[in-house]
Amino acid sequence: MANQEYSDNKQASESDSSEETTIEPTSSNISSEIADELDQILDEIDSVLESNAEEFVKSYVQKGGQ
Amino acid sequence: MAVTKICGIETEYSIIQRGVVEQNPVHASSILVDAYGQRYRIADDTGVAPAVHWDFQDEMPGNDARGFAPMGSMPPIVETHLVNAVLTNGARFYVDHAHPELSTPECANALEVTKYDKSGEIILQRAMEYANQNLPEGEEIIVYKDNSDGKGNSYGCHENYLMDRLTPFGEIISHATAHFISRQIFTGSGKVGCEIPGIDSELIPFQITQRADFFEEEVGLETTLKRPIINTRDEPHADPKKYRRLHVICGDANMSETATFLKVGSTAILLSMVEDSYLHKNYFFENPVAAMRNVSHDLSLKAPLLLKDGSSITALEIQWEIFASAKQYIGDGGDEFTGGEVAHQIIATWERILTGLESEPKKLLKEIDWVAKKILLDQYAEKKKISFFDPRIRSLAVQYHDIRQEQNIVGKLGMKNIISNEEVEYGVTDPPSGTRAYFRGICLKKWPESIVSANWDSIVFKLDDNNLKRVPILEPSKGSKSDIDRLVSEAITPRDLIKALETVV
Repeated sequence: MANQEYSDNKQASESDSSEETTIEPTSSNISSEIADELDQILDEIDSVLESNAEEFVKSYVQKGGQ
Repeated sequence: MAVTKICGIETEYSIIQRGVVEQNPVHASSILVDAYGQRYRIADDTGVAPAVHWDFQDEMPGNDARGFAPMGSMPPIVETHLVNAVLTNGARFYVDHAHPELSTPECANALEVTKYDKSGEIILQRAMEYANQNLPEGEEIIVYKDNSDGKGNSYGCHENYLMDRLTPFGEIISHATAHFISRQIFTGSGKVGCEIPGIDSELIPFQITQRADFFEEEVGLETTLKRPIINTRDEPHADPKKYRRLHVICGDANMSETATFLKVGSTAILLSMVEDSYLHKNYFFENPVAAMRNVSHDLSLKAPLLLKDGSSITALEIQWEIFASAKQYIGDGGDEFTGGEVAHQIIATWERILTGLESEPKKLLKEIDWVAKKILLDQYAEKKKISFFDPRIRSLAVQYHDIRQEQNIVGKLGMKNIISNEEVEYGVTDPPSGTRAYFRGICLKKWPESIVSANWDSIVFKLDDNNLKRVPILEPSKGSKSDIDRLVSEAITPRDLIKALETVV
């Protein structure tokens, strides 16, 4: 039973990958609808981003924990 | 045989203090925990019992599940001098190493853990607010819910699962290792760069998890150095003859509720299947540590993982196989140990997320952290016409883990919530109903002045000036709302309660 389901999934995966060459989420393949929505969100995020990103990243040092 | 998967999450937050010449994270963390406790003195509905401290009597983190401690192993140290508080929701809020840490109360299922993890974020949010009100102008404490500073320092988000003592530890090791390596494809919070010494970050601009780079061993007791995929700490905080507590140290802290839910839910089901000897296929990796890293570094989800018999398999394939067994197990009565209805919700979520990862990961933008972070960073780089190595990208990657309301990036993104705001708010002050955390929380709410200390498996009541009484709760499922609500509401003093409890037992 488990093996049957698994092989179905595997086949699905193989046929998908033959139709679509990349499944990585990259900016180039998100739909224009999502891209538009993200564009607005990024404007909003811009207002809370560190003004001095370089300094912030440089000084972001933690002590190791568990 | 499977036991109810009572579980919880401990999260170490990163911490910075702006406006000071030198960072002192231990001090800043203490200010934070103290500020949350202090607030209780002026308003008693914040869910803190400041007079109640953690009781270290039963802490034994050096015990090894394998029954021996190998030469040169470094058991964790219990830091009893640092600030510790027990909250009325049954959680523990304290300073661990150089981080503020919040342990959720013991929860009866994965959905409840997700709720208390979220309530934990609110507690940290308020702790920052209270602490910052008292700091000199220009100073500010900020925490982030991440697991690495990008410079080789990591801090954990640990999960705990109650297990049957009779299950051989070797069985747990082999099945859990395969799950921990492969589940990264949905538990990862995403990270810019690589922190394995000697590897150029530019070779791995982005990876799926925060933690994979920090794992160097297959099995061991350490948590801060040479971290092992399977941690052998044998400290059940319960009857050691009946139970063990599997302490899982290899997961990421998640911003996404779906990711937390699936991380804990899938693991709870896997461990129940191990207890019930339901899994028949073993995955013996040629090199588990390398496999862990390969999965994290491979955004295509197609990296072959070498097995000892010479064959190979991908993380997604392992997950589909484990899922197929899990679906069958839950239909076969396994839901009894893994949350009832919640178990079916876990199965549905698991299937949907694996299908999404297999076909079109980008569609999981609002559910899976690494996907969300990668898309945000890519889009931001494109919009600003900057490279992926620009400091603004790294800054946004850190700020993805900002839990403050105004600055909360996943909130702005519209990350899908599975717990309502009302439930999260309830979880800030009130304990879960299905475990002994209910007893701890409800007693703290009712008699804060009469409780001297508390820990996972006991509460010490002050009966009068000369008498203390320790009440052990070695059974994690006992002390639930249905067990004790009537007794607690009828008791006027702790003495009444103890008398009533003695009669019941």
